[in-house]
Amino acid sequence: MTVDQLRKYFPALSAKVYGRDLVYLDSAATSQRPQSVIDEWERITVQCNANIHRAVHALAEEATRAYEQARESARAYINALSREEIVFTSGVTAGINLVAFSFGEAFVSEGDEVIVSECEHHSNIVPWQMMCRRKKAVLKVLPVDDRGELMVDMLEGMCTEKTRIVAVTHVSNVLGIVNPLKEITAVCHAKGIPVLVDGAQGIVHCGIDVRDTDCDFYAFSGHKIYAATGTGVLYGKRELLDRMPPYMGGGEMVGTVRFSGTTYAPLPLKFEAGTQNFAGVPTLTPALRLAGEIKDDRGLIENENAVRDYVLDALCSDSRISLYGNPSDRRLKIPLFSFSVDGAHHEDLALILDKMGIATRSGQMCAEPLMDRYGVSGMLRASFAPYNTMEEAEFFISSLDKAIGMLR
Amino acid sequence: MEKTLQEVENKVVDEFSMFDEWLDRYEYLIELGKSLKDYPEADKTDEHLIKGCQSRVWLDYKVEDGRIFFNADSDAIITKGIISLLIRIYSGRKPEEILSSDFSVVDRIGLRENLSPTRANGLVSMIGRIREAAAEHASGQNNG
Repeated sequence: MTVDQLRKYFPALSAKVYGRDLVYLDSAATSQRPQSVIDEWERITVQCNANIHRAVHALAEEATRAYEQARESARAYINALSREEIVFTSGVTAGINLVAFSFGEAFVSEGDEVIVSECEHHSNIVPWQMMCRRKKAVLKVLPVDDRGELMVDMLEGMCTEKTRIVAVTHVSNVLGIVNPLKEITAVCHAKGIPVLVDGAQGIVHCGIDVRDTDCDFYAFSGHKIYAATGTGVLYGKRELLDRMPPYMGGGEMVGTVRFSGTTYAPLPLKFEAGTQNFAGVPTLTPALRLAGEIKDDRGLIENENAVRDYVLDALCSDSRISLYGNPSDRRLKIPLFSFSVDGAHHEDLALILDKMGIATRSGQMCAEPLMDRYGVSGMLRASFAPYNTMEEAEFFISSLDKAIGMLR
Repeated sequence: MEKTLQEVENKVVDEFSMFDEWLDRYEYLIELGKSLKDYPEADKTDEHLIKGCQSRVWLDYKVEDGRIFFNADSDAIITKGIISLLIRIYSGRKPEEILSSDFSVVDRIGLRENLSPTRANGLVSMIGRIREAAAEHASGQNNG
């Protein structure tokens, strides 16, 4: 498939902003949606709008079938063993909060330790801080080096008898570097410590095989991988999920309810209390189908790598620019670039690029500890998706140069 | 005769209506930002800081002869350009006059995206503080 063919699936990519062609370089915040996803959402809403799992009528039957089909699509996409290990959430944030609470209740007590890394999104920091405060546990931080690579060598020394879980991102939303998950799970599992992976960015650019990686939890959001917003998947190993208490109580997650006591539904419904996003979740099926096609398409992979190499070289060769996240092996870099410009504020750059038709992200990117690590108040981020062309990359670089010229 | 606050607001809006192109508007704001009166480094304290996710804004003011004089700065140049417009409109005015403004000028010159409260931009808080300063001194409590 060519990039131009892929782009035709995404109606939003042909939009105009301020009379110019949209160049969408904020896919790390949210991806655009293909027509197949829009169609599935509309089909559920128009033809079978009914609450799932409950009623026996035809609409509910089809809505439930589509919802459970999405569970199978997600299971297959990440190569999980069974549907019981796939919990639908509203996104990565909800998935991590679920684990931080329920895992904490089951396995963490006073004086225990939790390890996160320095390059985490707030979503993979704050839920653990909240759990540690509740359980009187200690949060420890695995640092990154100046290039932005996780200092995995330190992990073994940091893991003690008190360490209950290690939570790391697959790919940082600021640095864009693929972390060595297999190495991390190997180190942790040697000491009997489970590993949670924030897959928000990684699922899009790397995919995941949860059995090969052997991570214990993997959370991703639908909206970053072409599906409807408000959808998410939490994978968890069955033996852990089984031993964790529910996060929320309500309808659907119960076995029997008596005032004298309640039993819980089996996995995965134990963790899906209340009415689910039954219009959004089924869009994971067409979204992951397309993601799978993209992942296996040689032409698209070559384009993405060429775009990455071009932008990386352009940013690195510009002395006015400091790029954060520049691994020694560039194959570990996804096409996501966060940087600061000497003498030009990230907000000014983003405002001017916007008026040129280019959507970027500026600010702290929900990763304040990383901003502190590099001593900056914020950064500008351009994140490319498989549907971005080399022409867009070239236009971005020349527009950036023009914007810097206006500001300095 | 001194122009009223509303007259200056309208003049600013007129000036901006001359630009058809967005980038020209921004070029003009950048120029205004660069020529904004120096704000003393010593006054860039937490007390005067309005922290935002994007740009930071410092705002200080003094009251002389019943008029409020604002001085402000930002680390982002476009925000600084907008600050320069706000100072031109609101600084040196009586509190009652400031309170008579509906503060819609930034919106009227088409820079509304700079004021989105969800972006936690310092500019939104800055306008709030101008209004607060005026309200505080409007009832004759001239102790600023």
